[in-house]
Amino acid sequence: MLADKDRIFTNLYGYQPWNLKSAQARGDWDNTKALIQRGQDAIIEEIKASGLRGRGGAGFPTGLKWSFMPKEPRADRPSFLVINADESEPGSCKDREIIRHDPHKLIEGALIAGFAMRARAAYIYIRGEFIREAETLFAAVQEAYDAGLLGKNAAKSGYDFDVFVHRGAGAYICGEETAMIESLEGKKGQPRLKPPFPAGAGLYGCPTTVNNVESIAVVPTILRRGATWFSSFGRENNKGTKLFQISGHVNTPCVVEEEMSITFRELIDKHCGGIRGGWDNLLAVIPGGSSVPLVPAAEIMDCPMDFDGLKAVGSGLGTAAAIVMDKSTDVVQAISRISYFYKHESCGQCTPCREGTGWMWRVMERLRTGDADVSEIDTLFDVTKQVEGHTICALGDAAAWPIQGLIKHFRPEIERRIRENGGALEAAE
Amino acid sequence: MADAPQIPDEAETRARWGAFAWTAENAEKAKTIIARYPAGRQRSAVMPLLDLAQRQVGAETQTQGWLPVPVIEYVAAELDMPFMRAYEVVTFYTMYNLVPVGRYHVQVCGTTPCLLRGSDDVMAACKNRGMTKGKTTPDGLFTLTEVECMGTCTNAPMVQINDDNFEDLDYDSMTRILEALAAGEQPKTGTQNPKRLTSDPEGGPTSLKDMVSANHDYRKEW
Repeated sequence: MLADKDRIFTNLYGYQPWNLKSAQARGDWDNTKALIQRGQDAIIEEIKASGLRGRGGAGFPTGLKWSFMPKEPRADRPSFLVINADESEPGSCKDREIIRHDPHKLIEGALIAGFAMRARAAYIYIRGEFIREAETLFAAVQEAYDAGLLGKNAAKSGYDFDVFVHRGAGAYICGEETAMIESLEGKKGQPRLKPPFPAGAGLYGCPTTVNNVESIAVVPTILRRGATWFSSFGRENNKGTKLFQISGHVNTPCVVEEEMSITFRELIDKHCGGIRGGWDNLLAVIPGGSSVPLVPAAEIMDCPMDFDGLKAVGSGLGTAAAIVMDKSTDVVQAISRISYFYKHESCGQCTPCREGTGWMWRVMERLRTGDADVSEIDTLFDVTKQVEGHTICALGDAAAWPIQGLIKHFRPEIERRIRENGGALEAAE
Repeated sequence: MADAPQIPDEAETRARWGAFAWTAENAEKAKTIIARYPAGRQRSAVMPLLDLAQRQVGAETQTQGWLPVPVIEYVAAELDMPFMRAYEVVTFYTMYNLVPVGRYHVQVCGTTPCLLRGSDDVMAACKNRGMTKGKTTPDGLFTLTEVECMGTCTNAPMVQINDDNFEDLDYDSMTRILEALAAGEQPKTGTQNPKRLTSDPEGGPTSLKDMVSANHDYRKEW
C-alpha cells in the first residue's frame, strides 16, 4: 500500500480547508519561482522522465504532449493550455475531489505547465453540473491572483500567466478535446476533425494543449520530489500514483490515491471493505469508466490496475474508475443503461454514432427483456463494429465497446433470456 | 428530438420577457465574464452569460429559471452574435431549460453507477411525492428530470436539486429531503450517510488518517 507521505493529494477528502493558507501549510506554492527557474526544457524533461501518462483516459505521455507546442510562439498567435475538468465519464469522480478540496495543486500546476509549454493563459473547463466545485475554483483562482501567484510576474517568476475558469453546461462530449475547444469558443460542442491537432491549431486557431485535471495537478509534486520518486511506483510504462474511484457493489465505495499497478484485489480489500457479499459474489467489473469493456470476475481479481494490465484482459484503465457489479446485478440492464447514456450524449454530428447509439440502445433493451431472436446478438455485434472507428471522435468507440464486452463475456446469459422469453410466449399461446 | 420540448415563443412570452435586461449586479458580472476572453472573442462568453440570464429569470420567477426566446436574443445581441448561434447553444447543452421549471429542479442521476446503488428507489421517492418525469408538479414546487452521470459515483445514488447535491441516498432520505424542501427548510447537502464526510470510505479513512484532526504536513516525512 502506498505510504501516506507518498500521496500527492493529501487533502483528498476535504478534512482540512482548501484555502491558500492551508494549502501552503501542506506544501503547495512552496517556492514555485525556483521550479519555474529550472527552465522550460528542464521541466518537460523531468515530466518525461517521470513516466507520467495522461490521466484523462487515453494515457498519452504528458511531457511528450507538451513538447509538441511551438518553442517560440508568435505574438499574434499565443499558445493556450486548456485544462479538462469536464469530468462526465460514468464512474469517474476524481477531478471533482481535486477541485473542491485541493484546488491550489491544480492552479499551481497550471502555472508550471503553462510556463513549460510557453502558454499565455490557461482555461480550466469545468463541467456545468459541478456548481459548488466551480465556486470553490473561482475563489481559489482569485486567492492566487490576490497573493500575486498569478497574473503579471506570476509568483515572482518573471513570467506573466493568467488562469481563467470556464463553466460548461451539461454535455459529456465536451470532454473530447476538440469539442471542448469548440465549446470554449462559444459554439455547440461538436468535435473537430484531426488533423490539424490542437497543438497546431486549437483554441481560436492558436496552438493549444488540452490536459486532464489530474495530469496537471500532480506536476508540482513531481518536480519537487523528482522524476525518480514518481517513477518508483508502478510497473514499467505504467508509472506513478493514481486516483482510483471505486463505485458500485463494494462495501465502502470511495476515491483513493494508490500506486499504479496495484492489483484489483488489494485495492478493494484495503480501501473498499471488500466486495459486497464476499469475493465469490463478484460478477464483473468495468475497470476504467463506462467506455471500456467489462471484465468478468475471474479475470479481474488479480489483475494489476494499470494501462497494460487491463489491456491484457481486453479492457482499459481509462480514468481508473472501477464500477463493481456483484451477482445480484442485471448485467444486461447495466450495459443497456450505458448504451442509453451514449445515445443521450451523442452530439449528432456523425451518422454512425447519431443513428447507431439509439439503435444499439433499442436492441439492448430488447435483449434485456429477451424480446429478441438469437441471431440479433450477432447483428448487434456487427453494428457495433460498424460504428467503432467510423466517427470523428471516440464516442462511437466508447458506445460500441461496452456492448462488445457484454456479448463476449455474457452471451449465454443473453441467450438464456431470449430462450426463456420465447418459452413463455409459446406457453401463453 | 421526438421528446424535445415545445419552445414557447408566443405573444405572452414576448410580452413578459421582451423587456429583459440585466440587473445592475448582473451587468457588472457580465462585464467580468466577457473580460475573461481575448478581445474580439467575446462570443466565448455565451455559455456563462446564458447561465447568468437563466439565473436572473429564476430569481424573478422564484424557480430554477429558464431561457425564454427574448432573453436569448438579448444575450446574443450583447455578444454581437446571430440569434441562431446562441439558440443552438441553448438547445445543445442540457443545463439550459427551454421551458419553465418549478421552484426546485430535482435531477435524479440514473446512469449505471447510481443504478447499481439504488437510483430506482430515489426515483420512487420522487414519484411517491407526486412527481412525474419531465413534468412540474401542479403546485409549481418540483420539476423531475432523470439526468446522466453527475460525476459523484462513489457517493451514489445522488440527486442534484438546483445548485446542491444530495448523495448516498435511499428512499427514506430522499423522502425527507423533499419534505424539508416543501416545508421551506434547507436540508443538509452533500452525503446523507452520517459515517462519511465526502468521498472517503464509510466509517473512517483507510489512508491519510493524520489529516482528520490536523492540517498535517507530510513533507517532514519525505
